[in-house]
Amino acid sequence: MAAVAETSGEAASPTRGAWALDRDRLGAIAEAIAIPLIALLAGAALFALFMLATGYDPVEVYALIWAGGFGSSFSWSNTLLRAAPLLLTALYTAVPARLGLVVIGNEGALVLGGVAAAGIGFALAGAPAAVAIVAMGLAGMLAGGIWVALAGALRHFRGVNETISSLLLSYLAIALMNHLVEGPLRDPASLNKPSTGHIGDGFMLGALPGTDIHVGLAIGIVVCLICHVLIRHTRTGFAMRVVGGNPAAARLAGLGVGPLLIGACFLGGAAAGLAGMIEVAAVHGRANASLAVGYGYTGILVAFLARHNALAIVPVAILLGGIGASSGLLQRRLDLPDASVLVLQGLLFVAILASETLRGRLRPYFSGR
Amino acid sequence: MDAQFLIGRRQLLKSGVALGAATALGSPGAFAQGKAPVIGFIYVGPKDDYGYNQAHAEGAAALKKAGFKVLEEEKVPETVAVEKSMESMINLDGATLMFPTSFGYFDPHMLKLAAKYPKIEFRHCGGLWNEAKHAKNTGSYFGYIDECQYLNGVVAGHTSKSGKLGFIAAKPIPQVLRNINAFTLGAKSVNPKATTQVIFTGDWAFPVKEAEGTNSLIDQGVDVLTCHVDSPKVVVETAERRGAFTCGYHANQAPLAPKGYLTGAEWNWSKVYLDFANAMKAGKTPGNFVRGGLKEGFVKTSAYGPAVSEAARKQADAIKAEMMSKGFVIFKGPLKDNKGNEVIAGGKALGQTDLALESMNYLIDGVVGAIG
Repeated sequence: MAAVAETSGEAASPTRGAWALDRDRLGAIAEAIAIPLIALLAGAALFALFMLATGYDPVEVYALIWAGGFGSSFSWSNTLLRAAPLLLTALYTAVPARLGLVVIGNEGALVLGGVAAAGIGFALAGAPAAVAIVAMGLAGMLAGGIWVALAGALRHFRGVNETISSLLLSYLAIALMNHLVEGPLRDPASLNKPSTGHIGDGFMLGALPGTDIHVGLAIGIVVCLICHVLIRHTRTGFAMRVVGGNPAAARLAGLGVGPLLIGACFLGGAAAGLAGMIEVAAVHGRANASLAVGYGYTGILVAFLARHNALAIVPVAILLGGIGASSGLLQRRLDLPDASVLVLQGLLFVAILASETLRGRLRPYFSGR
Repeated sequence: MDAQFLIGRRQLLKSGVALGAATALGSPGAFAQGKAPVIGFIYVGPKDDYGYNQAHAEGAAALKKAGFKVLEEEKVPETVAVEKSMESMINLDGATLMFPTSFGYFDPHMLKLAAKYPKIEFRHCGGLWNEAKHAKNTGSYFGYIDECQYLNGVVAGHTSKSGKLGFIAAKPIPQVLRNINAFTLGAKSVNPKATTQVIFTGDWAFPVKEAEGTNSLIDQGVDVLTCHVDSPKVVVETAERRGAFTCGYHANQAPLAPKGYLTGAEWNWSKVYLDFANAMKAGKTPGNFVRGGLKEGFVKTSAYGPAVSEAARKQADAIKAEMMSKGFVIFKGPLKDNKGNEVIAGGKALGQTDLALESMNYLIDGVVGAIG
């Protein structure tokens, strides 16, 4: 049709051409939304089959998942609280992914961020709360950021595979955290659960007004927005995407590939480190082994489900938070094991990955061509 | 309350209990004193782990058998998740007595919830409750399981040919050190030359390291092993495969090692949980700070396996009888640590309730290994 429009008359062609272009664009957007939706439905259908095969009523299971995750104001607060740390740990994987890197040491950056924040918070006892909280946040981001920047630097300067190195660095980070909370930073009063000293109630982050959800949720959403703007609407973000598309071409174009790679890793790590700081400052009040409860690993899943789009992380984190929140209800009402929600998460993950093959194939249907 | 919980019609029809929960929703915690409690259990790992969590789940099963309504959730991490799980049990299922069983659930999670729901009773496994600091609707319970580890040691001392015993431990914290030392003292009471080699894995559940540790200890000539990790399954199975003997911990692992399982140190939470639940049923406040050993029925030993000699049975049974009647002091002076320092002076005896034992920070003479 567009070809016809171009040849049929000169006066009409600019507007028609623009219109056709818009339809192309709309088609692309529609496809970007449709593919994950189709994948989610497919994953959910597979899980329903799995439930049927194991003798459970899928309708009942989904009704309980809905009820436990989204069915009431209590369920929503449960869901959002679980989603809060995932927003930030997902950015760990999603930001470097725009440059073509696959880094998965999320858990390590989170625990180091938590330990750094707890250490600073404890050391600053008596300082004004605002100063201490900002210092804790910066310490957390710095610790998480540097840890992942190491993986980025190894990749850039030595050609070490960043996926492996980030994962191994994550194990090191957890060991380092255990060493610090059981050794130099240990509160001698924490006998059977080694922990750092408590940062004090004055330094704790409060809840969002009118809820019992801590401010970490708001911080997470804001950071996702910032990352989205950075990647989509700034020159640096454009440069990052160019590197992601073709590093050799980016280098030829004069872009500083090294600083961009390492910087993106730092940024992702800083987000996960901030998640650790929030765990300390909004939940535990101190750092200990309870920081490593899997928020980092779930963050990888969230980033992949969101196709590394910083904005899409928000709904995906809420979805996974809701699935997590409903796990208890499934266990109690249907006597399902905890692993059943892991099966659901896994099936969704596989379906999303498989749906990549649909990319570009649906667009003609949406743009009417 | 706007939190009308969308339960499927069928679900509602299926159980009148769910209706009860929905009514309780109107005024959470408004249960009449002297009513049978609805009891919520939270486990940090799988409830069929042959270990820490299974021991608690067996207690929960005993409550179910006694006719109480029991709610359970497994693999709940020690973070906001446990707060929300408890709140969900209270709000949606009408729980009135909560047992968050993992050590890390206490502070801040359980304390926070207890302040929010003052009419719900919370009891925590671990012994952290302090009358001066903590609310009246909270409390803790724990058992002196080192008594059973001492008996494990007696049997191990009899059974070992090499005199080399092994201990796979999670973390060098007081509770664990006390078990290692009690086990070693038991073994040394039979064979003064016996040694216990310790490997710390660094985590409560670290199956790979537990298996590596077990194998390397056996390679070094250790022929009897025990452990203090959340799930002894890996240690017991690995040792059985290698033809070594094991003493169990937390729960009964005999089914995993029909040949090599000697005996074991088990929790007997059924008794503790029934005490709590029956107190509430009778309209009384359940105890805030309860502890006990073999005598009080808080802990028990596994039945002897086929490899335990007659002499071992006799001696262990005699000591057990002493523990059950007049009390038996495990930690008494003179006692040296494995660096040669005196830790308990001669003539001094630390009874089970002695607070000095709660901050134990040494490995006694005869233990091969170091803390941190």
